[in-house]
This record gives sequence, C-alpha cells and structure tokens, in this order.
Amino acid sequence: MDKKISSDIFVAGVGAITAIGNNISECLSALKQGKAGMGYATYLETVHRQKIPVAEVKMSNEQLAGLSGFSSQISRTTLLSVLAAKEALYNAHLENIEGLRTGFVSANTVGGMDKNEMFFPHFLANPLKGKLRGVANHECGSVTELVADKLGIRNYISTISTACSSSANAISFGARLIKHGILDVVVTGGTDALTKFTLNGFNTLMILDQQYCKPFDENRNGLNLGEGAGYVVLVSERIAATLKMEPYCKLSGYSNHNDAYHQTASSPDGTGSWLAMKGALERSGLQPKDIDYINLHGTGTQNNDLAEGTAIKRLFDPHYPKMSSTKSFTGHTLGASGGIEAVFSVLAIKHGIIYPNLRFTTPMKELPFIPETTFSKNVLIRHVLSNSFGFGGNCSSLIFSKL
Amino acid sequence: MEPVEYTSTRLKNIEPDYAAFIDAKSLRRMSRIIKMGVAAAMECLQEGGEKNPGAIITGTAFGCLEDTGIFLTSIIEQKEEMLQPTPFIQSTHNTVGAQIALILKCHEYNNTFVHRGFSFESALLDALMLLNEAETTNVLVGSVDEITDISHAILTRFGLYKRFPVSNLSLFTSASKGTIAGEGAAFFLLSSQPSANAYAQLEGLATFYKSVDVIEIEQHILSFLSFRQINIEDIDLVITGRNGDMKGDSIYKQLENSIFKNKSSINYKQLCGEYSTSTSFALWLAANIIKSGTVPAVTGYESLKGDKLKRILVYNHYQNIHHSLMLVSAF
Repeated sequence: MDKKISSDIFVAGVGAITAIGNNISECLSALKQGKAGMGYATYLETVHRQKIPVAEVKMSNEQLAGLSGFSSQISRTTLLSVLAAKEALYNAHLENIEGLRTGFVSANTVGGMDKNEMFFPHFLANPLKGKLRGVANHECGSVTELVADKLGIRNYISTISTACSSSANAISFGARLIKHGILDVVVTGGTDALTKFTLNGFNTLMILDQQYCKPFDENRNGLNLGEGAGYVVLVSERIAATLKMEPYCKLSGYSNHNDAYHQTASSPDGTGSWLAMKGALERSGLQPKDIDYINLHGTGTQNNDLAEGTAIKRLFDPHYPKMSSTKSFTGHTLGASGGIEAVFSVLAIKHGIIYPNLRFTTPMKELPFIPETTFSKNVLIRHVLSNSFGFGGNCSSLIFSKL
Repeated sequence: MEPVEYTSTRLKNIEPDYAAFIDAKSLRRMSRIIKMGVAAAMECLQEGGEKNPGAIITGTAFGCLEDTGIFLTSIIEQKEEMLQPTPFIQSTHNTVGAQIALILKCHEYNNTFVHRGFSFESALLDALMLLNEAETTNVLVGSVDEITDISHAILTRFGLYKRFPVSNLSLFTSASKGTIAGEGAAFFLLSSQPSANAYAQLEGLATFYKSVDVIEIEQHILSFLSFRQINIEDIDLVITGRNGDMKGDSIYKQLENSIFKNKSSINYKQLCGEYSTSTSFALWLAANIIKSGTVPAVTGYESLKGDKLKRILVYNHYQNIHHSLMLVSAF
C-alpha cells in the first residue's frame, strides 16, 4: 500500500468456456462461423425447459468434472471456473507460478446455488434432512477458493459480486493489486452456471426472450441467460518482460460508476454507462475516436440497449466505432459476462477480428448507428472498449489496447 | 450502554429506530439486511458530515439471505410458477451497496466483495487502494451479514455453534466446541486527510489464507509489523477474534504465549457473535478505543501498561482459513 503505483498492466493469457465452445479455439471458431449457443436446456432441470431458450455449456457435470479433476458433486459454477482459469494460465505459459506473487480474483453471482437447489426441497420438508455437501459450498467465495486451491494460488484471493458487471470489476481490482505492487500475476474474470434461481428470477422480471435474443434491434424482446467462465491473466511490466510469449495486449483503462437510478432498471439516458465509458477513456488517455471496437453489454432487453445506446451516442457522436454484442452468441452469462467478453476483446485485438451481432435486422429508431452484422478479419484494432452494466446500477467499462 | 446478555447460540442484532436514517417509503420495501446496512451507512455519513462519498464499497459473505431463502422456497413450493420478483431483485449480493448509492444519488465507484471471511477485508483493501491512487479523498466502506432461520439451522448442522445455550458474557469459560452466531453491519468513512473529528488512523491491513501452523501465523504477524517498521513492543493492545470454540481459540492462546506475551489483549465476539464479516465490528471497537482512550470492561480488559492506548492490532481468523490483521492507531 505504501508502494509507488506502477504503470502498465499486460494480458498474458486468456481462457474461456461458453455455450459456443469449451475453450478459446472452439469459441473463436463458432464466432467466425456465426454459430450461436442457445437452445432448450439439456442439463438445467426446469419446468420452463421447452419455453425459454438458454445458452448452456455443452457438457454435463460429469464431463466437466472429468476434465477438471473435481467431483461432479461440486457446483457447476466451480467446474466451469476451473477449466477456464486453467486454460488462461496454460495459455500464458504460467503453469508454474512458484516464486511469483499470484492472486485469483474471481466473480460470480450464484455461487453453489445449483447444488443448493437440490438440497433445499429435502431441507424444506424436514430441516434435519438434505445432504449437507449440497450447501457446503453455497457461498460465492467458496467457488473462488475451491478453484484457487486447485490452481495452487494462495497469495491473494477474493470474490466480487456486482450482478452483471461482476467480472469487469474483478479484472480492474486485479489490475490495481498489481499496480500497487501487492501481486505480480493475477488470474481474474468470472464464472456463473445456469440455475433455476436465476432463470426464474429473470423470468419474473419478464425480460427473457422466448426466441433467440436480438441485441440492439428495434424488435428486441429480452435476453437469453447463458453460462460459462472467462479469465485473463494479468501481469506486471516486470513479469511481462520475462514471459516466453509476447503478451496479447494491455489493459489500458477501466472505470466503475453507479447509475443510482433504480435497483434493476437503467436510467433512460444511461448516466452510469456514460460515466463508466468516459472514465475508462480518461484513464487510458484516449479519445472516443481512438476506439476501434466496442464489445457491447447489449443484453437485448428494451431498457438496457436503449440506455447503453444513448450513452454511446452522447460520448461517440459522430465517430462511431464498430460494435457488437457477443451475448447474441453466448447468452447473458451474468457474473461471467465481463470475463468472457474481456477474453473476446483481447482476441479481437490479437487476431484483428470483429464479431457479428447475430440476428440484427432493424435499427433502433432512437439510435443513429447499427452494430456489425458480419464477421470481419484483417482489421487493425488498436483499442477495444468492453462494457458491463448490471443490476444495482453497477456500470463498469474496460479498455484493452494493442501493444 | 450496558452490554446485553443473551442465553442462546444466536445473537440477533439490536436494531435501531430505522426511521431516523431511512425515509418511510424506502423502509417499507427493504428487507432486514438492507435496513441494517443502509442505516449503518447513513449513521456513519451523518457523523462524518459527508453526503456524497467518493466511493461506496461493501463486503458481505452470504449476501441477502432472507430474500434468497424466500425466492428459493417459492421456486420449490410453487413449482417455478407465478413467482414474485421482489425477493429475487433484493437477493443479489450488491443490493445493499446499490441501495446506498440510490438513496445518496451517488454515481461514484461502487463495489461489493463476497469472499467469506475476507469479504470486509477485501472491501477495506479496495478502499485503501482508491485513497492511495488519489482517485478520491474519502470512501464509505463497510460490511453487512445477517442470520436467518434457514442459515442458522443449516450452519448449526455443520457444527459451527455450541450444542447448548450459553451466555454470551461467559462465552470464554465454557471450554467446549463451537461458537455463537452473530450478525451485523458496520460502515466507516475513510479519509486520506486527518481531521479533528476523526477516530483513528488505519495504518495497515493484511490477509493471509490457510496457514499451515501457528509458526506461519506468527511470521505473517511479525512481517506485517516489520514492513511498517514497528515492533511488537509498539503495540499497546491486541484485539483477538476469540469466539469460544476451543479448537479455533487455541491459536490465540498460543500467540498469547509467544509473540503476544505480556500484551494487553481483549476479545469482542461475546458482543457481536461469530460471523464472516465480524472484523468490521472489531475495527469499530478499535477506533472507539483509540478515540475515547478507554477500553470497555466487557472486553475482558486488564491493563498491563495502564498508560497509553495509541496503537491497536486486530488479529482474527475465521475457521482457521481466513486470517486478517488491522493496525489501528492514534494520529
């Protein structure tokens, strides 16, 4: 804490598991082919199975457990997390973290709720019944600890939960731990599994599209819930210089503001979104025209897309960057979304690609811009803005920059 | 105020008249944990004379358990049909931090940490970093956790609490397994500049995870102090997280026979019970001791030096997994 705040933060590795792929290369291939991950649930047991599409990771708990080395009795949130976090460390060539001050800062919103849902009916019938292992890892922090223990990380661990902006906040907190000289390396991002709790919760709010979602479309009709995990490995300048591979890019900006308007709805003018994007630009020392691509929060709800779009108009008009919502592929993965979308943003810079916003047909009447509808390659992408805006007015933006 | 005696393994919060801190319209919609958190935050801001803090940071291990339980129960009992949205909306972990921002119309930095026995410490570290970054000159930071009938029943089955009713005021004399459950909210206005009405200075904060033995704990404590160029002799009072559980308390006992030998040492969980974010209560106690220059008798204080209370070290472990240190000083 008493140390000087150091400068640059580098992204040394990425890892993700989503409905469109169990690892980075599968995700990239689906993004190129325009293959969305939604469908009716195979693994989530719910009465809404045939009505509400979701974006499930295409593996059972047993399969995930087999790959991760955990028991399938561990929450799906944890199983998803460990696979993506391991991939990120492997991808950074940092399987051996001995001697490095390494942290794990992970976000989630549901913790071990999927297992709790199996425990709870027995408990409700008789408070002395229900296998306790079903609730032993209920807490959000338990998910992080199980994974940290598996990765052998113990210098610093923490968990953030700010609804849909959770993992964007984890990433900026992780970066600041490095800047303050507390850590050398941070594996950071987030995870969330589909649960009955969240599916029914969003369903009561009447913001789930019964078709595949259409972010930023005039006829958008709500979001599709998804699940997955996404992590980046952040390293200090000193560690970056010792890596076998050149880092992917820098994390050049981040910002967190609150909309302070309503517990679940965004303000019509997107005050929180605007402040978050503006704050991230200021921190990175960039102008709006420097941004080449925006990975939108873009959930597909009437309210969110209008608030985000209005804030973009206010900040970027008349120079609009290319933009898209990859939630049109992965669904809204809640506490994991900022992590997964950070990974996609990093890959966009690395490979010079821009992802399409699937199923877009009709421009929103309030907005003078439209999202990208096709996959582009060989694009020079210097700076990407990634937005994550959540319940409780928690709005966060990250900026990744080419080296 | 006299300490209150409970003869139970569940220390329910003593709740204030919330109307003094929250308007009636908002109050009606709030669950108990939101009221607790928001009221503590508002009282803190009123005392600190601040209406728009530069950041709002909250720690909570379990989050909004009451509404989580209500929504989960309704999913099961109503077979996922005709559910009410309010318990879901208020179940998210960031609800308390969000409600504080909403009431204050505060658009500044807002974050919520949910890491078990590190939830409050994570929030505090975030606050200290923000101040160090000169992002702002003050931060509202605190924690909140609640006991519910459901959580108490489940945690009792895990063997966390004593198997018989015990008086909180004789928590440390029963020589048995388990502790007593607690809950509470505490908020602090941290400022990068000293002011005449400030309580104390938070000189240092550290956490460490799953120590292998007491020797490693001692090393962490000593290096925490030496990093700040102070010795154990410079500490006037130690606040420990003793909770009445024989096994967990043996760590504090061993430290009192080693590095804390001849130190005045007090306990606080007989007042608030054990919970993942109880260290916020300890920080509140430490800050009050520094400001007032007196130690409440109920903490088991026996003056060894008798003369000064300038520097307090708080050491707590939660289930021997989450260990934390806070150094609180006069300025």
